[in-house]
Amino acid sequence: MAAKATPSRAVAKAPTGLPGLDQVLNGGVPRGRNTLIIGGPGSGKTLIGMEFLLRGARDFGEPGICMSFEETDQQLKANVASLGHNLDALVRAGKLLVDYVYIERREIEETGEYDLEGLFIRLEHAIKRIKARRILLDTIEVLFSGLGNEAILRAELRRLFRWLSNHGLTAMVTAERGDGALTRYGLEEYVADCVLLLDHRVNEQVSTRRLRVVKYRGSAHGTDEYPFLIDRSGISVFPITSVGLAHEAKSERISGGVSGLDKMLGNQGFYRGSSILITGTAGTGKSTFASFFANSACARGERCFYFAFEESPSQILRNMRSVGLNLERWIKRELLHIHAVRPTSTGLEGHLAAMHKLITDHKPSVVVVDPITNLISIGDSLAVKAMLTRMIDFLKMQGITAMFTNLTPEGAMEQTVIGISSLMDSWVLLRDVEQGEARRRVLYLLKSRGMAHSNRMVEFELSERGITLHTDGLALQQRTSA
Amino acid sequence: MNAQASKSTKRPKAARRRKMMAWELRLYVAGTTPKSVAAFANLKEICETHMGGKYRIEIVDLLRNPQLASGDQIVAVPTLVRRLPHPVKKIIGDLSNTQRVLVGLDLKPARLTHAASQA
Repeated sequence: MAAKATPSRAVAKAPTGLPGLDQVLNGGVPRGRNTLIIGGPGSGKTLIGMEFLLRGARDFGEPGICMSFEETDQQLKANVASLGHNLDALVRAGKLLVDYVYIERREIEETGEYDLEGLFIRLEHAIKRIKARRILLDTIEVLFSGLGNEAILRAELRRLFRWLSNHGLTAMVTAERGDGALTRYGLEEYVADCVLLLDHRVNEQVSTRRLRVVKYRGSAHGTDEYPFLIDRSGISVFPITSVGLAHEAKSERISGGVSGLDKMLGNQGFYRGSSILITGTAGTGKSTFASFFANSACARGERCFYFAFEESPSQILRNMRSVGLNLERWIKRELLHIHAVRPTSTGLEGHLAAMHKLITDHKPSVVVVDPITNLISIGDSLAVKAMLTRMIDFLKMQGITAMFTNLTPEGAMEQTVIGISSLMDSWVLLRDVEQGEARRRVLYLLKSRGMAHSNRMVEFELSERGITLHTDGLALQQRTSA
Repeated sequence: MNAQASKSTKRPKAARRRKMMAWELRLYVAGTTPKSVAAFANLKEICETHMGGKYRIEIVDLLRNPQLASGDQIVAVPTLVRRLPHPVKKIIGDLSNTQRVLVGLDLKPARLTHAASQA
């Protein structure tokens, strides 16, 4: 993300190193200041904080301290190990220090005046030992239940956060979400440079994690709710915004994978980086078209990512063999990746976040989503459209050509659910036509933006030789969709 | 303050005395502040009055020995830690409320509160 917003220059940033999050934060959290991470139990606060420390220590040469008030170092070790981090190695290398602060109300009697200098001394000692630049306080609110004198506590916390800034530390402070207020103990009053809110929602038995930047003093930031994922390789935030109509429109053309189809598209195929929708009733050959499209990309030596939401990879490979298409060879050469998941395995945002991550990791030039229908069924239509818009914008920004298939119910030929067609550059319609005893398959190019294309209905056949379009004598009619 | 602390343990015959020493106390402070001075004075008085010489007070100044803070899980100062007899007890603050210190050290059962709650 280009730092074109002038206010963001004023605030120095410390990158978190978390994919997507830095983009949302326009570079990272404020350097030398405090960032508050708010969320309910299990929302991923600690993990984000730990990633901030671990990546800081590992990738940015900034040693970090984790002052944990809830989890012992053993528990923390186990938790970050599940994200693929080796805490011990960093600790041994002197790049990370974990201090577990244990406070049990029942074991403590209070009498008279005190302060939290003990905590400050522990911190200062730790900071000096590893020359720390980053710190995570997780969850300092525990002090409120451990110590009785709230007046002292509040004064000391105020002093603590100032003290951390004076020591030049970039701090992350986690807090429980409160009723009415942002946090249960009003920590936002003291830690207010940057506030991130995490949310873990369950909608129709499907859970989605989301992140929102509530506040970022002196810096531009993304304001939407961004879905994020926690998986084996850590946390990734899906930073897509709907502001991106700034992508460069390419004039390069790529084959649709079927020669007759290319012919209909002015003999040149689709634009690279465009979005293509293939709709049709059941059994009209949508997946076959998508597979040929993937095949042609691989044959050019490009990478293709095939998201299958209906069939397993082996099923797709078998079915495509029946139309004479050998996709195994591309998988063996690691050009084709088929990623098959059940649509109901996670929420819509979860899927899109996962897709975003896979695409970022594998950098394909072509993406197939087969079918998009199943994704639509798991969210409400407004949310679906918003998320798909983000997805398509993301793909366009990356210059990725994407083909989506969509099942349309019988009799509702030219309707795509929730009007996603408006997001698409090209729309190919497949249908069955009954004629006497036989059913014939026909293809129609409903639109293809910015190019001359045929407006004829063309009959086609699926056989072991692949897809054959009866384009003989097809006069190219100059029709251009806006 | 440190010097004062070690003196209070009555060095001669220390080995023999330790066996009969029922109380082992450690007072954590951060430098010489009014609070730490008050805490020590209050503690000394309580010990003299209620422990009949069978005690040992060790003062730990965290400014000099910051690495000792995590061992006893010190967050607030002053903190008094009763290391013996078991179990370990902690009292934070300047120890100005003698009654509460006595309750905290198990020198006095929290009877008043019990009676109050039963009434």
